[in-house]
Amino acid sequence: MITYLARRFLLLVFTLLITSILIFTLTWLIPGDIVVLSQGGARDLSEQARAAIREDLGLDDSVPQQYLNWLGSFLRGDWGESFNRGSAPVRPLVLEKLGNTLRLAALTLAISIPLSILLGVIAALRENTWIDSLISVFSLAVVGLPEFVTSLVLINVFAHQLDWLPATSRVQDGYTLGDWLRILILPAVTATFVLLGYVSRMTRAGVIDELKKPYVRTVTLKGLPRRQIVFKHVLRNALLPTITVIAISIGWLIGGLVVIEQVFNYPGLGRELFDSIEAKNIPIVQSIVMIIVLAFSLANLGADLLYALLNPRIRLG
Amino acid sequence: MNQAHDPLLTTPVIRADDLCIDYRLGKTWLNAVREVSLAIHPMQIHGLVGESGSGKSTLALALMRYMSSNARISSGTLTFEGVDLLSYSEAQMRSIWGHRIALVPQDALASLNPSYTVGNQMGELLQRHTDRSPAQAQAYAVEMLRQVKIADPELVARRYPHQLSGGMMQRVMIAMALSTQPRLLILDEPTTALDVTTQAVILDLFRELVRDPSITAGAGALYVSHDLGTVAQLCDHVTVLYAGEVMESAPVADLYVRPLHPYTVGLLASLPRPIEGQETRLSTIEGVAPSLADRPHACVFSTRCPAALDLCRAEKPPLENISAGRMVRCWRWREIESGELSLGLSPVTRSPQPIAEAQAATDEITAHPTRVLNVRGITKHFGQRTWIDRALRRKFRPIRAVDDVDLSVNVQSTLGVVGESGSGKTTLARCIVALETADKGEIELCGIDISRDLSQRPRDVLRNLRMVFQNPESALNPYHTIGQALKRPLRLLGQRDGRALELDQRVAELLESVRLPTEYAGRYPGELSGGEKQRVAIARAFAAQPALIVADEPTSSLDVSVQAVVLNLLKDLRRTNGVSYVLISHDLDVISYLADWIVVMYLGQIVEQGTTQDVYGAPSHPYTEALVSAHPVADPQVRGKPIRLDGEVPSARDLPTGCRFHTRCPRKIGPICQQQEPPWQDAGNRHFIRCHIPIDELAALQTDGEAHKA
Repeated sequence: MITYLARRFLLLVFTLLITSILIFTLTWLIPGDIVVLSQGGARDLSEQARAAIREDLGLDDSVPQQYLNWLGSFLRGDWGESFNRGSAPVRPLVLEKLGNTLRLAALTLAISIPLSILLGVIAALRENTWIDSLISVFSLAVVGLPEFVTSLVLINVFAHQLDWLPATSRVQDGYTLGDWLRILILPAVTATFVLLGYVSRMTRAGVIDELKKPYVRTVTLKGLPRRQIVFKHVLRNALLPTITVIAISIGWLIGGLVVIEQVFNYPGLGRELFDSIEAKNIPIVQSIVMIIVLAFSLANLGADLLYALLNPRIRLG
Repeated sequence: MNQAHDPLLTTPVIRADDLCIDYRLGKTWLNAVREVSLAIHPMQIHGLVGESGSGKSTLALALMRYMSSNARISSGTLTFEGVDLLSYSEAQMRSIWGHRIALVPQDALASLNPSYTVGNQMGELLQRHTDRSPAQAQAYAVEMLRQVKIADPELVARRYPHQLSGGMMQRVMIAMALSTQPRLLILDEPTTALDVTTQAVILDLFRELVRDPSITAGAGALYVSHDLGTVAQLCDHVTVLYAGEVMESAPVADLYVRPLHPYTVGLLASLPRPIEGQETRLSTIEGVAPSLADRPHACVFSTRCPAALDLCRAEKPPLENISAGRMVRCWRWREIESGELSLGLSPVTRSPQPIAEAQAATDEITAHPTRVLNVRGITKHFGQRTWIDRALRRKFRPIRAVDDVDLSVNVQSTLGVVGESGSGKTTLARCIVALETADKGEIELCGIDISRDLSQRPRDVLRNLRMVFQNPESALNPYHTIGQALKRPLRLLGQRDGRALELDQRVAELLESVRLPTEYAGRYPGELSGGEKQRVAIARAFAAQPALIVADEPTSSLDVSVQAVVLNLLKDLRRTNGVSYVLISHDLDVISYLADWIVVMYLGQIVEQGTTQDVYGAPSHPYTEALVSAHPVADPQVRGKPIRLDGEVPSARDLPTGCRFHTRCPRKIGPICQQQEPPWQDAGNRHFIRCHIPIDELAALQTDGEAHKA
């Protein structure tokens, strides 16, 4: 198992390194004068001011040197200063948005994973019956719906018509858990719809495959009740491939919720990234992309680790 | 056979009367098992024998009321311990499964959940059916493991299935089945996937446990198998199934010595055994078993029976109760019993028929030196060092599959390679044919050095060295017709300028030589049975007229009656084509039928070589001795020497020092076996044994205790 994990870990480091080079290169290729951009687009800068800014940003060094400077700062926690918002430091800003996104991701996972697995198991146990078809049709249908459509429908029903939940998800200081839940439920449900299709189908396929295996016959012929057979034996093995799908979803939940965040006006990472790209706010873009790639890679590493732990063949060799 | 009481006088544990089982194919229900009557008594091991398609597994599982969703029991009665089992609901069956009736399945590894420890899986069964707490259940599970002679049961209970060997896992399955003291045990080919020596140990264990009232409390057992040898050695009573119907049922001695049904007679006669003379052939049963939809409404065996009358083809014979426990379904059983009817099913002698072509082939070979194949120093190790291994400074331990093997094959002779799993015999075969590139060594074909690397072998070499594989299902391309499959070697390796017409003719000749209809050239492999596919594979090997054919377990996946046909074929073709064989098998009877020279392999080395007679007799290497004694003889009155090997085959990564067999050798003499590699000893007549024990001493030790009558 050490070999297995060592390889995965090194792959993680390698991925992050390559990503950092790509980010660095790409953002520096954005059209427009960096000096101008760094001042929020101000055009009337004196020569002195320009020179000062150039020195500040280290633009006189060679490109590889600039990369190393940037990488070094990043790793030390200095993520630069925002090009807008009065040169506010990037790190606290990004971390705050990350926090919001993590809350939304957590709630989404808490709803979607148990629900998808349950639906997948039911569909598999009732393979080829009307229940199976219903679940399949439902989960595929909601996957197909664009998020802004789902969000708007949900807002319309639950906020405007029934007035149970707020229409926007603005964050204010001093929110209690109850407050957070109120603003997060609708966006979480929207995100759940997207995940439902993938995870439930993966689970369904996994369970159907496992049910065909000889050990299920052994367990049945032990006289064990159905519930124990499915939940203790079958699911344990059937979920292993589903874990991989969930890991990929986590990456999406961290950085891909742009549309949902826009519709609900939620200050998450995805929306911030989108806004910063528009504003050409390079330091923020760099930092957020690094965070997203890191989240993605960690999620995959976590999935591999979990897989190795749950699969005795890998854990023990 | 020692019987303290007559089990037939007691009430049967389970009893089936006129049971019928149907299968649904599409929209129609077809009859798979018809009018089967069967009774299993306490302390009785009842064998259920049949070939593939006979319905034996279906029947065995139906006795437990475990059916797939497209099967049903359509009529008949099933009484278990006095209760009508057919009236039970699934919930009621769940209290019986694992508790009163237990199954020991064929593939132990696949039958266990890979994610839980063995102890956990045994414990959960005990918790379900007895009042034990989890801790108590675990403790009892360990005790059961001890009962099945597993060394260090606490450790094994904490292991996961993939960490255990096949033999050990089968013991776990037996322990698990017995742990709730069921009244009926159903064993579905439990030793088919195991090596012969392991199989012998498991069968011994089983025999002992079932007869021990403290463990099984008078349970009965159903032993399902296609292997007539193991059934003869283990069972008290046997039922023979063909095409879903009982043909005959009798106490084991009666069935093997005085069979009354033509099918039973045919099966027993087609078993390979060492027969003197090159021209003798095994008797075979004509034809093929009918498919589910094609079964005759009269006697189901009538299409293939050598004694079939019009009566047989018109009316189905009833299952007659002849005497206590003896049943036959045949119109003519009285004639067979009295000896009036001779079925002509004993080994046949035929005079050789040389063909002009074969003469040419023989001439070509005799023009070359006498050795067709000469192999020296072949070594093949598997395994790679990755960079992580280097970084962690791990010692490099490759799998030493074949180590420094020498062998040779003479013109028109057959070399048998005997060994079990891990012996390296398949790797050796693949190295000879260059499907694997040996690491070291030389190979000479007809005196000419050939490369170990396949890509460097010229067409001539490829033509002369062909292979037949074990599994006919995967040896033929399912998208090519039989004709295309046979033309390929003709085109690529035969005369290049063959015109289409000549190729077709040659294909027809090849099909005829393996006794298949010439129309098969247009069919696809999916339309052929296993035996027919294997015959096509053989024809393909012979197509370009090779000098040597390597056959890797050519009949292992085939039924007994089909095996007889293929073995006869191999013998005939050897004579008519003047070809030599390297025949690999774990079945000693198959080897002795075809081979005139044998090498025995263990853990990558040859431990003995000599003529068939010399190797099987005394003196022989202790491993060969164990193999021969483990081989189940299809005669209930003959018990082999009870020589059993302890322990497991060591891993090929961690070979034992000195003699590789010393960890399991029942004749180990002392530290020398561990310290020094044994020398080759000459036992005369070019019979060589690799052992530290002097030949004379070995001969004396081994002749004491020949196969005795039980």
